[in-house]
Amino acid sequence: MHFTSFLEEGRLTVALTGEIDHHCAKSYIQAIAAKIEAYTPKVCVLDFQEVSFVDSSGIAVVINALRNMTQIEGQLLLTGIAPQPMRVFQASGIDKLVEIKEAVS
Amino acid sequence: MKFDNYMILDFPSKSSNEAFARSAVACFAAQMDPTLEELGDIRTAVSEAVTNCIVHAYPEKLGNITLRCRILKDNVLDIVVKDKGVGIADVEQARRPAYTTGGNERSGMGFTIMESFMTNLEIISKPGKGTTVHMRRKLLRRQ
Repeated sequence: MHFTSFLEEGRLTVALTGEIDHHCAKSYIQAIAAKIEAYTPKVCVLDFQEVSFVDSSGIAVVINALRNMTQIEGQLLLTGIAPQPMRVFQASGIDKLVEIKEAVS
Repeated sequence: MKFDNYMILDFPSKSSNEAFARSAVACFAAQMDPTLEELGDIRTAVSEAVTNCIVHAYPEKLGNITLRCRILKDNVLDIVVKDKGVGIADVEQARRPAYTTGGNERSGMGFTIMESFMTNLEIISKPGKGTTVHMRRKLLRRQ
């Protein structure tokens, strides 16, 4: 697992990298929860630009981040999603639960 | 059953083998000239099936996973993922979207994704004996 994050005017951006599967999902879930708890942002952006693959473990990462943000009455955004992760998010219906911006075509 | 080519892999249920398994199948399927989307779908479905073995079939200890791929006629990729783990008591319930026994870290969408990304999905399971997931994907021939 490798990710970077930055906070700007109440907006937390977490840039995920590589392939998100069950092997690394738990670390991502815990790391994102810790960042949200530490900064209590109004908006959290999960940036998937550097993510080349996700399976259903990636759905759990998004659902957990959504739960964390809902608890503090904040908003979750997804951005930079490549076609393969997009197909997984669409098959699971998560694209209807979370706002997705700037999908990569 | 007539087939053009096959490969068989045996590996322990370590989560680091999830990436290995889906990559190995993608490399094998490359000879069928798949589109990027087809290859992505196959990698995802294999990842789900292998993850199920790791998380559910062998919850306490490592066990063996067998992965077999065959290329059948008419450009069909046939994939079998087999374990000798705890098995599934109620397969219909396990197939239901969002059903999981894996807690917050799991989404319960594994079988739903295998179903929607593959042409066929069959699950044979016996509690205490293990589970076999049999999937097929027909690849479109490109001009």
